[in-house]
Amino acid sequence: MLKDRLRKRFRAFIKYLILALMTVFFLLPFVWILSTSLKEQNRVFVYPPEWIPRPVQWENYKLAITEIPFLHYIWNTIKIAFLAMLGNVLVSPMVAYAFGKLRWRGRDKVFILVLATMMLPFTLTMIPLYATWSKLGLVNTVIPLVAQDFLGKGYFVFLLRQFFMRVPDELMEAGRIDGASEGQIFWRIAYPLIRPALVTVGIFAFVWSWTDFMGPLIYLKKPELWTISIGLSQFTTSVGMNWPAMMAAAAISIIPMVVVFAFLQRYFMEGSTASGIKG
Amino acid sequence: MNQPLQLEQTSQKSERRWDPLKPQRRLAYLFLSPWFLGFVLLNLYPIVSSFYFSFMRHNLVKPPKYVGLKHYMKILSPDKTFIRSVNNSLYLLFVGVTIQLAFSIFCAVLLHQRVRGRGFYRTAWYLPTLVSPAAASLVWLWLLNPEYGLVNAFLRFFGLPQPLWLLSAEWSKPAIILMGLWTAGTTIIVYLSGMGEIPRDYYESMDLDGANSWTQFWHITWPMLSGLTLFQIINGVIASFNAFTATYIIAMANRKASGSLGGYKDSLLFYAVNIYNNAFNKLHFGYASALAVLMFVFVLLITLILFKTTRKWVNYDA
Repeated sequence: MLKDRLRKRFRAFIKYLILALMTVFFLLPFVWILSTSLKEQNRVFVYPPEWIPRPVQWENYKLAITEIPFLHYIWNTIKIAFLAMLGNVLVSPMVAYAFGKLRWRGRDKVFILVLATMMLPFTLTMIPLYATWSKLGLVNTVIPLVAQDFLGKGYFVFLLRQFFMRVPDELMEAGRIDGASEGQIFWRIAYPLIRPALVTVGIFAFVWSWTDFMGPLIYLKKPELWTISIGLSQFTTSVGMNWPAMMAAAAISIIPMVVVFAFLQRYFMEGSTASGIKG
Repeated sequence: MNQPLQLEQTSQKSERRWDPLKPQRRLAYLFLSPWFLGFVLLNLYPIVSSFYFSFMRHNLVKPPKYVGLKHYMKILSPDKTFIRSVNNSLYLLFVGVTIQLAFSIFCAVLLHQRVRGRGFYRTAWYLPTLVSPAAASLVWLWLLNPEYGLVNAFLRFFGLPQPLWLLSAEWSKPAIILMGLWTAGTTIIVYLSGMGEIPRDYYESMDLDGANSWTQFWHITWPMLSGLTLFQIINGVIASFNAFTATYIIAMANRKASGSLGGYKDSLLFYAVNIYNNAFNKLHFGYASALAVLMFVFVLLITLILFKTTRKWVNYDA
């Protein structure tokens, strides 16, 4: 008996030890970013590394936003991310409703095409799309970056369809019997029921747009249009290897996402979970 | 699920003139129109165009000229850079995806057990996925700095050898894989929720047989999650060939040391980097399109093979 209990204790100890080590792996880089971002430039080169910056150098943050027009990049990023969010929240529920609740011939076969677009590598369509947008004179505008968001993104259509399918048919039939039009049934009955899922869509659309790199890299050539990600990539060129300033810039790009996450955690988890559902 | 069938039958019999499904169809076509437009213009047309471009000399400036299979011949001659990019991406696929999956499943199993503060761990482990690839690349560039980085400081503390990481050909890809583990949170959450859906009594019946947790994992958890794993592997194939951001940013930072877009000695020249370089730096749109088409065919083949062979190991009832 005693041996059994000891073994149990030991296993619990190992379990929590591994959990702690994992947490260190996931969280320590954040601490390191903050710590570095507040150090004097020459203090980052000492061994053993110092965790608490002495003296605290807030100027790094000032440098990060003045040396390159970082606040301007943030504003550009917010604009694009907001448009992406708006487009997806407006359009994807309609498309998802057509696939999840309305009856028309060939629906499930066409839906396979939606799944196919989810799997389509960006690099395959990138070149002809660029050629076309360039011919239309729309390079250096946000249109190529948000066009798909206003035309129904496969992933969000897929996600919202799952939610619409859970809306009971009886509710909609009741609406039909009461003489509601199909549009009213969508707007008054089905749509309000999936509103929580819409928050997930909005958040993910915003975050993906915020963190996108290749799109802005290809389409936004003019520095005054750059997003945060492009700004960060150029940081090494313009400021040189100033690690504290670079970490300050990275922190500025990370903090808004963490704040959003802190308030809306539940929706993040839901969205991530749905992405793994077997198609 | 029988209801729609019945409805259609009665509608055919009794009322030919007025189809009760017509209003639904109308709304469906209205709602589908933006998607259809996007599908044709932003997906179908570019795919077809990519094939077309791959037979052309195309540089955006001069009018395209038909060159037949020239680009494909050049790629398969074989082009050294092409071979290198395929090797690098395959490394990421076989080594990286395997490690990433094993790591994610391990983390999910840990969190699936009865642990105090589970919510805290889940949140903490998920947090890095919020960091943009651009910022994450900069951060890891600093963490993996050979002289002053935190990782090597740890290794030095324990008296272990300290690799040059992103400044060496052997260690740059492991470094990228390590970065990938840091953002494995999404995969962990996916597996965790998958495990939550496995009925408890499956485990209980094995408990009675006296099976240990190792056997339980291989006999219940792993087969029940095989559908998820297949999905993750397919995603991994696509991601390995499309890895781009980290290479780009590391190459920007290490320009002096490496002198190329592919990282040190082109050890981070992944397939998508080669496509980007040909298209947007050299403006060889035709050649880059041929590369993209080959990748598409390859990814499609792997996906099909996976689907065909998985009947043996994927549990579709799960």
